[in-house]
Amino acid sequence: MPQNADKVLDHSELFREPEYLEMFESKRERFENPCGSDEIEKIREWTKTPEYKDLNFAREALTVNPAKACQPLGAVFATVGFDGALPFVHGSQGCVAYYRSHFSRHFKEPSSCVSSSMTEDAAVFGGLGNLVEGLANAYSLYKPKLVHVSTTCMAEVIGDDLNSFIKTAKEKGSIPPEFDVPFAHTPAFVGSHVTGYDATVHSVLKHFWEGAERTAGDAVNIVLGFDGNIVGNAREVKRMLDCMEVAHTILSDSSDVWDTPTDGTFRMYDGGTTIDQVKAALNAKATVAFQEYSTEKTLAYAAEKGQERVALNQPIGVSGTDRFLMEIARLTGKEIPESLTRERGRLVDAMADSMAYLHGKKFALYGDPDLCLGLAEFLLEIGAEPTHVLATNGGKKWEKKVQALFNTYPQGAACKVHAGRDLWHMRSLLFTEPVDFLIGNTYGKYLERDTGTPLIRMGFPIFDRHHHHRQPLTGYQGGLNVLTKILDKIFDEADKASNVPAKTDYSFDIIR
Amino acid sequence: MTGVDCNGKERDLMRQIAFYGKGGIGKSTTQQNTIACLAEMGKRIMIVGCDPKADSTRLILHSKCQDTVLSLAAEAGSVEDLELEDVLLKGWKDIKCVESGGPEPGVGCAGRGVITSINFLEENGAYEGLDYVAYDVLGDVVCGGFAMPIRENKAQEIYIVTSGEMMAMYAANNIAKGILKYAHSGGVRLGGLICNSRNTDCEAELIQELARRLNTQMIHYIPRDNVVQHAELRRMTVLEYDPNCAQAAEYRALAEKIEANTMKTIPTPITMDELEELLIDFGIMEVGDESIVGQAKA
Repeated sequence: MPQNADKVLDHSELFREPEYLEMFESKRERFENPCGSDEIEKIREWTKTPEYKDLNFAREALTVNPAKACQPLGAVFATVGFDGALPFVHGSQGCVAYYRSHFSRHFKEPSSCVSSSMTEDAAVFGGLGNLVEGLANAYSLYKPKLVHVSTTCMAEVIGDDLNSFIKTAKEKGSIPPEFDVPFAHTPAFVGSHVTGYDATVHSVLKHFWEGAERTAGDAVNIVLGFDGNIVGNAREVKRMLDCMEVAHTILSDSSDVWDTPTDGTFRMYDGGTTIDQVKAALNAKATVAFQEYSTEKTLAYAAEKGQERVALNQPIGVSGTDRFLMEIARLTGKEIPESLTRERGRLVDAMADSMAYLHGKKFALYGDPDLCLGLAEFLLEIGAEPTHVLATNGGKKWEKKVQALFNTYPQGAACKVHAGRDLWHMRSLLFTEPVDFLIGNTYGKYLERDTGTPLIRMGFPIFDRHHHHRQPLTGYQGGLNVLTKILDKIFDEADKASNVPAKTDYSFDIIR
Repeated sequence: MTGVDCNGKERDLMRQIAFYGKGGIGKSTTQQNTIACLAEMGKRIMIVGCDPKADSTRLILHSKCQDTVLSLAAEAGSVEDLELEDVLLKGWKDIKCVESGGPEPGVGCAGRGVITSINFLEENGAYEGLDYVAYDVLGDVVCGGFAMPIRENKAQEIYIVTSGEMMAMYAANNIAKGILKYAHSGGVRLGGLICNSRNTDCEAELIQELARRLNTQMIHYIPRDNVVQHAELRRMTVLEYDPNCAQAAEYRALAEKIEANTMKTIPTPITMDELEELLIDFGIMEVGDESIVGQAKA
C-alpha cells in the first residue's frame, strides 16, 4: 500500500499511485460504458466552435451554472447586518445549511442562522406549528434583539402567510408581543439573492418606520447591497464619510459579524445597525444605495417616506467614487476634504504609471449587476476593454445601462453586455471571442481551466482564496486594490509566458 | 371616498370581497351576475379569478376563456416580463377582468399560481381607482395559496355560496374554518351565506339555521331559474341577457344587500356531528338510525 499510519499521503498524491490509477481505469472500462478518447476530444473541440456557440445561445430550456443564488441567501446576508439580529428562515433545514456553509466558506467565519425545520408533515399541514415553536426556541436559546423571518421555496409553494403566522406566534406566547419580528416573503424561485437582500432591508425599515413621524434631518443613510467585500467596503465607506464629517447610518452593516476577532470569545452577533439607528434613519435627508439593483424596493420606500434617493452602481475607481462623494457633498453641503482629493490623485497616478500594461487589454467579467457596472466602468477608465459583461440576474434595464456606459468610451464599441446568461454561455464566449483575462468569483476557475483565460477573483462567493473580503473594492483605496489585483495577474502571466531559459527568457524581465 | 392604506398612503377606499364555495355550486355564475348588478349601480370593479379553470370572467367578457396571468407568464418566460394590459381586460360595463389561471389537473401547484398572480397585480398597480375587487376562489380552502385572497390587506369580506345539499354545507363550514384562521391576524370577516338554490327540502330554512350557527346571515336566497342557463349559453349574465326578468331582480337584490351589508362577523364553525344534527333537526336525516348507513334502497 502506498500509505500507512507512519506515512500518510495527501489526497492529491495518494490517488496518483499505481494501484489507484489501475482501479480508476478498470472502473471506467467495466462500469462507465466509455467512448473512445478520440470521440471525447472531437466533442471537446466542437464545443469551442462558433457553431456550438450559436446553439448554446439558442438554448431555452436549460441553465448551466447560473451566476446567481436564491432570495433567502440575500435575506440572511441583510439580516446579520442589524445589531443582535437572528435570521430565521421558514423552511427546511437543508436550505439553511446551504446559506450557512456558503457564507462560512466565503468569510471564513461562523454563520448563525436558524430554520423552522419544516418536514413532510409541515408541507402537508402548513408550517404554522414549526414557526410558532421555532420562534420560541430561537428567542430563548439565542437571545436575539430581533428576529427576521424569511421563506424558502417550500413555505412559498404551500402559501404560508408570515404576517398571520407571526401574529399567531405572539398570541400563543411563543415570543413577547412587543418583540420585533420583521419578515419578508423571499420565494427562492423568483429573482436572486439581490432581490432577497432588498426585500429584507425593506421589511426591516417598514417594520420600524411605519406609523412613526418623520422629522427631516441632515444625516445620510447608506445601503451597501449584497456585497462579497462588505467587510472591507463598509469600513472604507465609513472612513470616507468620517473624513467628510458626515453623519451617516449604514443600514445593514455586517462588517463586524463577518470579521470577528479570535480572542477567546464567541460572538454570535457582533456590530451591525442598532434598532435605534434604524428608527432614527427615518429622519435622514437621503438614502444612498451602492447597488441600484440590490435596493429597488428599499429605495422606493425611502423616497415614499420623503427622503431623497441616490442610486449608485457599486462605485469602483475614479468616476464611480467621484459620483458618490459629490452626491454626498451636494446632499450635506460638506466640502470634499483635501485628504480624499489626494487619495483620488494617487489612484489616478497609479493608473497612469501602469497604463502601458493596461491599455487595450480585453476582459470578460461576470457577477451581480451592480458589481459588473462598477468594474466595467473602472476597466474602461484604465483603458482596458470589458469585452463581455455578463449577469445572470441582470435584466433589461441593467442591459441598457451597461450599453449606455459602453457608449461613453471609444473602446466600448467592441464590448457586449449579456443579461440573463449563465457561465456556460460565458464559456462559449471565451472560446469564440477570446479575451486576455476573466474577472469573476471562485466558479470562474472552471472556465479558467477549460479556456485558459486567467481568472482574477472578484465577487461572491470566493471560496478558494482567503481574506480578499477584508479589502475594499470601493472608493479610491478600493480602486487601488482592484488595480493591483489586475496588474498582479497581468505580470504573473507575462512572467509565465517568458520563463523558458534560453528560449523565451529574453523577456523574463526584472523590471515591469 | 378615500382612506389611508397600510402604507399610510391616501387611496380610494375600496371594498375587497371574495366568493368561496364548493366546486360546481355556482360561485362563478353568482359572482358575475352579482358583480354585473354592482356595475349597473355605477361601481368600478375588478374581478380576479383564482380558479385554474379560468371561468370567472366569461360571462362579463363573452369569451370562452380569457388569457390568464400564468399562461402568459409561462409564454413570456417569467411574470416579470408581463405588462398589466396583457392580462387585464375590460368587459361589460367596463368591469376589469383578470384570470390568474394555473396548471392542468394533476400537475404543478394552483395555489402558488394564485399567490404569483395577486402579487403581480399589486406590484403593477391594478388595484388603483376601484370601488370593488371581487375574488372568485376555487372550491374548498385547500392550501395556503387559496387563502391568499384573504391575507392581510386583501379581501375583508367573504361570501360563501352554498345550497341545501349536505356536501355544499360541509364545504361552507370548512371555509368558515379557514376564515376563522385568518380572522384574528388579518381581519377578514364572513359577510354571509348566499343560498344558490338546488330545490332541496327546506332549503332556505336550513341555510338560515346553518348561518345562525356559523354566527352569520343568509344574505340572500337565489331561486333556481333556467334563465341563468340560457344566459350562460350565450356567455352573458342574466342582467345583460334579460334585464327585466325576475332572476335579474334577485341578483340586484343580492348586490344591494352586499353594498349595504354591515354584518361582518368572525365565524363559529361547527363539527361534523353538529352538521349532521342540523340535518336531523330538519328531517332530512333520521335520528340515530345507524342501521340505514351503508344500506342500499330496498
